Amino acid sequence: MPLDTQHENQIRDFKVVGTRPVRPDGLDKVTGRARYGADMSLPGMIFGEIVRSTHAHAKIISIDTSAAEALPGVHAVITRADFPAQQAGMIDTLDHCMADAEVLYDGHAVAAVAASSKSLARRAAALVKVKYEALPHVTDVDAAAATGAPLVKMGIESNIVDTHEFGHGDVEKGFAEADVIVERTFTTEATHQGYIEPHACVANMGGDGVADIWCCTQGHFMVRNTCAAIMGMSASQLRVTASEIGGGFGGKTCVYIEPTALALSKKAGRPVKIVMSRQDVFLASGPTASSSIDVKIGARKDGTLVAGLATLRYQGGAWGGSLVNMGAMAAFACYDIPNVKAVGHDILANRPKLAAYRAPSAPMAAFAIESAMTEMCEKLEVDPLDFRLKNCARAGTKSSYGPTYGEIGLEATLQAAKDHPHWSAPLPEGQGRGVACGFWFNFGGQTSSSLNINEDGTVGLSVGTPDIGGSRAAMCQMAAEALGIPYEKVRAIVADTASLGYNDVTDGSRTTFASGLAVINSANQAVERLCERAAQTWDIPVEAVEWKDGAAHPAGANAGNFAPLTLAEIAADSGSTGGPISGHSEINADGAGVSFGTHICDAEVDQETGRTTITRYTVIQDAGKAIHPDYVEGQFQGGAVQGIGWALNEEYIYGEDGRLQNAGFLDYRIPVASDLPMIDTQILEIPNPGHPYGVRGVGETPIVPPLATVAHAIKGSCGQRMTSIPMSPPKVLAALKGRTA
Amino acid sequence: MSQLQVSTTVNGDPVEFLCEPDESLMDVLRDRLGLTGTKEGCGSGDCGACSVTVDGRLVCSCLVLGAEAQGREIGTIEGMAKGEQLHTLQKKFLEHAALQCGICTPGILVAAEALLKENPDPTETEVRYWLAGNLCRCTGYDKIIRAVMDAATEMRGA
Ligand code: FES
Ligand code: FES
Repeated sequence: MPLDTQHENQIRDFKVVGTRPVRPDGLDKVTGRARYGADMSLPGMIFGEIVRSTHAHAKIISIDTSAAEALPGVHAVITRADFPAQQAGMIDTLDHCMADAEVLYDGHAVAAVAASSKSLARRAAALVKVKYEALPHVTDVDAAAATGAPLVKMGIESNIVDTHEFGHGDVEKGFAEADVIVERTFTTEATHQGYIEPHACVANMGGDGVADIWCCTQGHFMVRNTCAAIMGMSASQLRVTASEIGGGFGGKTCVYIEPTALALSKKAGRPVKIVMSRQDVFLASGPTASSSIDVKIGARKDGTLVAGLATLRYQGGAWGGSLVNMGAMAAFACYDIPNVKAVGHDILANRPKLAAYRAPSAPMAAFAIESAMTEMCEKLEVDPLDFRLKNCARAGTKSSYGPTYGEIGLEATLQAAKDHPHWSAPLPEGQGRGVACGFWFNFGGQTSSSLNINEDGTVGLSVGTPDIGGSRAAMCQMAAEALGIPYEKVRAIVADTASLGYNDVTDGSRTTFASGLAVINSANQAVERLCERAAQTWDIPVEAVEWKDGAAHPAGANAGNFAPLTLAEIAADSGSTGGPISGHSEINADGAGVSFGTHICDAEVDQETGRTTITRYTVIQDAGKAIHPDYVEGQFQGGAVQGIGWALNEEYIYGEDGRLQNAGFLDYRIPVASDLPMIDTQILEIPNPGHPYGVRGVGETPIVPPLATVAHAIKGSCGQRMTSIPMSPPKVLAALKGRTA
Repeated sequence: MSQLQVSTTVNGDPVEFLCEPDESLMDVLRDRLGLTGTKEGCGSGDCGACSVTVDGRLVCSCLVLGAEAQGREIGTIEGMAKGEQLHTLQKKFLEHAALQCGICTPGILVAAEALLKENPDPTETEVRYWLAGNLCRCTGYDKIIRAVMDAATEMRGA
């Protein structure tokens, strides 16, 4: 669908959309019946365990598997040699799952075993003897970018592997026109998505080369294509079923253990289950990029922004692909600046390969830019919301990354923030108040769905996008809305890779938008067929039939005088009017609508410990249309709290030896219930013209503003401007005492 | 390693199993008894996804040995609903949309039930501190706290 396609009926009376029904998978999830990645067992199943590098960077001299193989109960031991030679496109992917000639980070997989029990598998893994020759390593982004830095891997000449540039106008000229300039450098440490469910899968390959995988993933079609390519199989030989998924946030959009489980199953001739330990999850999956960002902005005395320049350095592990391009695109996306430039450098480091994390790359860029904007407000002595209202992007603004915006909701969220009781509430002694905004693109992508009208008038809906947070409810709502039947009549399942056409992974906040679009299309196609059956029954042309409120009606007096036929009535007769009735949709969805949010935060810094307590928090965001408002609020709250965790505590800590120091929830501290207040939300609905119900993605944007919002509140509370994330107690304390942490 | 024979009660049913001396109660429940409603998030006592009760006391089952179940009464998420009748907490979690991915939900429900047995009228702060050992990465806790408070109100009234 072209970008400019305008859907009608955006403002309409919805019957099901916008209500808050109980989700269809809810009962299973409150009773313990729902089956997640690690909950599957198969007859004859054995257990896999992965052997991991203890070096940040080393050459593998030899791997001796003989002792492990000799242990009774061990069915297979594999190394990289057990995988077929790879085509160019898959080498990096497999390298990250199983090292080839060198290990590139602490925790890099080097071998795997499968044995008849978990404890035997652990013992066998400990018997695999790997000889390494240690090589120089580097884990810090600025150190990796410096001249003379140790090279992250053999065969490269520099750790800086790519550069991206976005912008328009002439920044030199812009700065020359500026009366006030703010210039600063900001850093952020890597964080992990922190989903509570570790990666888990069961792979089962028969002697005929046909295989099945069960796994927790945001994209089972991606798992099928990737694993099939790595193992030299055809797509039809491998069927992947997505389990219930215990959180992903972008971290389950690639393969980690699935190719290994498949290779072990092939060698052992048995189903193999692999469940990552939490330590492995931290060591070898996720995380985000760490970053270092230089920002310079210039404004006139009257508060008009005239120039913006940002240089972003992101490291995303040893393979590149730090997604710094997205950071550079998102950096100034909230502003209308005549002269703007963002340059992003993609830098290698001896760390695991980055995985997407909720609005990937945008939170760091927003921290830097929003913090600079706040400082500009202080210099100009203007209100931070008035300043943003003056300079914000609107419909018709040429965005800093290229396209010209259509209808967008940034100004509305800023105005709503200004009008919000939180903004005008008196601030208790010792607390500070912060505000910042954020942006995310949102995606569409390849999507396919199928909808069957059952003979009893109920509807079965198959979607190909895993449900990571209540999306089945939203799918059922959209199908019910389009068909004109009650929500309870529709049941949605996430179908396996053999049952539907290709679906892109659930990411970029695309599911409610793109999968929803496919569901509505499927429902509309089913409606056409229902109308055909009615026309046939009444013996009138199909053009003379219209569908409303869940029934076929003769369209106007000329069509004839027939009593309406409900969906259930047509379905009951379908066997004698031409057979089953269904609808399908296969699309490459375009027209995703960008989304913006503004957050307000109150915080109090303990002067003795440097610990920050968030005392009040408000999220205001444009959802386009909230299909199920509870889950939209839930996305706002969850995303904001992940951002608060990033702002205050979460970080990857590497030692001098290049090894990860805090691979567990005790030392990598995510927010707990007692750290937080209630998270207030306000949903704005500025419809996305690219979707029939006006949906924009909602899941990504809420993690973007918190870093700068919290930093602003900390400044208000204790007077310190923090330029390094996380703003953990030791760092804040050091700032208060006038030294570096 | 020779296995131990253990007799216990799980959700009111008499149960016997064999386990290794160093095997956790969580692994026994999940792998030997098929009770996969108890979840593993960390295996080190840091996430609460594996919460169960032993003789009514809330514990992380990853920190308890299977052998310690001998002669005890174990309660898991699978025992919370009575037949078709959901527990008030389960109903309130659904009504308030207090779960997104749902992986933390069994542990939080078991922990919240233990809280309300001990303190039927908790303040928001008390709920937050009681549940501080149960990580949820999806929700930001807001709707979870509301669901527990609402369930407490309804249970006091009933
Ligand atoms: S699995 Fe027991 S506390 Fe995390
Ligand atoms: S709902 Fe996903 S971790 Fe709590």
